[in-house]
Amino acid sequence: MESELVRKLKKEILEMQGIKPMTHNRSVETGLGPVHHAFPYGVFPIGIHEFVSQEPEEAAATTGFMAGLISKLVRNDGTCLWIGNRRKIFPPGLNYFGVNPERIIFVEAVRNADLVWMLEQALRCEALGLVIGEMADMDPGQARRLQLTVEQCRVSCFLHRYRPRIASASYAVCRWRVKPLPGHTEEGLPGVGFPAWEVSLDKVRNGYPGSWKLQWVEDHFEFEQTAERKTGKSALLHIA
Amino acid sequence: MKRYVYIWFRHLMTNRYVRKYPEYETRVFVLAANRSGRRVVTASSARAESLGIQTGMVIADVRAMYPALEVIEDPGFSPEKLLEALAEWAIRFTPVTAIDPPDGILLDATGCTHIWGGEKSYLRDIIHQFRNLGYDVRVAMAGTPGAAQAVARYGRQAEVVESGNEKEALKRLPPEALQLEAHTLEKLHKLGLSCISRFIDMPPRVLRRRFGQELTDRIAQVLGTVPDYFEPVELKEPFRVVYNCLEPLRTPTAIRKAIERLLKRLCDRLVENEMGLQKAVLKTIRLDGKVQEQVITTHHPSCQTAHLIKLFELKIPFIEPDLGIETFILEAPLVTDLPPGQEKLWSVASQSDQTEIARLLDHISGKGGIIERYLPAEHYWPERSYRKADSLHEKSEVQWQVTRPRPVFLLPKPEPVSVAAPVPDYPPINFRYKGKLHTIHKADGPERIEQEWWLENGQHRDYFLVEDTEGCRYWIFRAGHYDEKGAQWFIHGFFA
Repeated sequence: MESELVRKLKKEILEMQGIKPMTHNRSVETGLGPVHHAFPYGVFPIGIHEFVSQEPEEAAATTGFMAGLISKLVRNDGTCLWIGNRRKIFPPGLNYFGVNPERIIFVEAVRNADLVWMLEQALRCEALGLVIGEMADMDPGQARRLQLTVEQCRVSCFLHRYRPRIASASYAVCRWRVKPLPGHTEEGLPGVGFPAWEVSLDKVRNGYPGSWKLQWVEDHFEFEQTAERKTGKSALLHIA
Repeated sequence: MKRYVYIWFRHLMTNRYVRKYPEYETRVFVLAANRSGRRVVTASSARAESLGIQTGMVIADVRAMYPALEVIEDPGFSPEKLLEALAEWAIRFTPVTAIDPPDGILLDATGCTHIWGGEKSYLRDIIHQFRNLGYDVRVAMAGTPGAAQAVARYGRQAEVVESGNEKEALKRLPPEALQLEAHTLEKLHKLGLSCISRFIDMPPRVLRRRFGQELTDRIAQVLGTVPDYFEPVELKEPFRVVYNCLEPLRTPTAIRKAIERLLKRLCDRLVENEMGLQKAVLKTIRLDGKVQEQVITTHHPSCQTAHLIKLFELKIPFIEPDLGIETFILEAPLVTDLPPGQEKLWSVASQSDQTEIARLLDHISGKGGIIERYLPAEHYWPERSYRKADSLHEKSEVQWQVTRPRPVFLLPKPEPVSVAAPVPDYPPINFRYKGKLHTIHKADGPERIEQEWWLENGQHRDYFLVEDTEGCRYWIFRAGHYDEKGAQWFIHGFFA
């Protein structure tokens, strides 16, 4: 009885903080298995997911991981908007992660301020499945506005920050870091194997940060070993 | 009491020719064209006509009579189009005009003449204005279109027939004035009825028995007992709205309001016509007379005020009101039919979604964003393996190539790397890129991609997917064949 009450209260607190499960209360199968335990309520949260990378190799791995997530999160023919300053993406490469490049509209913004404005506009468009932004830095004011827009609009946003000057900002629901790992191959067989990454969730609001090793096999994520969950303190009761 | 004016262009096509080439004004010329194997006169100028040259005469005969006559190839301009243009121009005399091919215009002058100070001066002005344009016209006014036409063609110049007097006015005219069929006319002349007065008073049933229904109908129309129909020229009104402010506007809020008001008017008209605009031009005229122009374009024809105002909102900061803006003019130079609201019933991505995305993209391009979408192209050469889509909805006929792995990042230009590759046709042991040495641990390949010789000449590439000891994956290739002295190697992309 009491636990029921506590759960209800917790949920209310979460909602007040702007944490809502993604896509209209329907839990989506991201295929992220153990990672889900890190999320509040075990549901992939809606909001700004920040991806930080330092090296081009890391950026490529991050893009691959993001593409894998997109293929799981966005329904089959949903359109995505990919907004960036300088496009490096090779559209045919996205096919490998189950994303049809035709579904993605690439937008190139000249100025950083315009980019944030475009992100905000895009998030207001309910018809989009997902918005992906690529930018190094954004000032806290812009970031806060973006977060508020996301909370109102229920369209998720992936923000890829390549070589950010300021390491952290508090607006994101999750901050991810993806590092490439050597692929697994059977002994004696040629080839490089499936793309493998070490995915760490550096920050997750009201959840438990952690780090996982996984690889992209055919059309899904596969975990190499069970997550080494960090002994993160329960952020649930930590209300600012 | 209806009043009609008929304008008969006696030399419509030749007058037009002289308007275009003024040097022909004093010359004797005819326009000619090939008709069933012979060259015949299609239009005869006033001077040629005074020599007795009529439309339809064979050029050979005319040449025999007047060797000095100038024969000009008929430019083939349609008289209907010319009449329509003239009828539109004649809107200055009355709001209702109609064309009567091949050489007449009918004006409904009811209630218009008092502005000119009477019917006589009204007709005089019409003659004068058309003469200024270079057209030789005969006009007449009567209470029915038929009577006006008859008098204009066969009566005196600028004759005014009082309503109810049509019968008297027609009496002295030949039966041709009634615009009858050729065989009826022939019959009338055969019977000696060469003047309307001789038969107009005959009982209708007698006329009907001998000449058919047509004659009695026509007489009834001309006399006004039965209404005569004509189709007025429809004016193509341009999509243009003007807003004059009482007080000059200076603040962005006020300017926005003004634009919104204009857009609403424009969109109402667009909705009526089931059209959507793809381009709109806003002209603002400042107090000091400076005209500023703001242009918006849309990806999807739109007639939604709410959407268009958002596009204009982005432009408002660029308007410099200075002392204030007096007049706003909004034009839609590019309008197209709106696509149907629903395209496919079974499509999950509904049309409304598409429209919403198109609207979002309008906003983004208004802010200077470059929007691109990619479709597969049938090329193996990586740089050419995709192409830009022309529209949001374009579908590709070819499939993406998924048989070989492709990197997620592709460098715009392959960058040279130094390698240690001791074994021919094997991946290198290591490579140095941007000063960092990568020792290759695993590799996949080679995948040879040949140049498409019909597009470009050059060496083939042998691609390797390599993974260094840290697990980073790269796409490197050797240009051309293996060479002892060392062929050039390049890095071309990054794998996830």
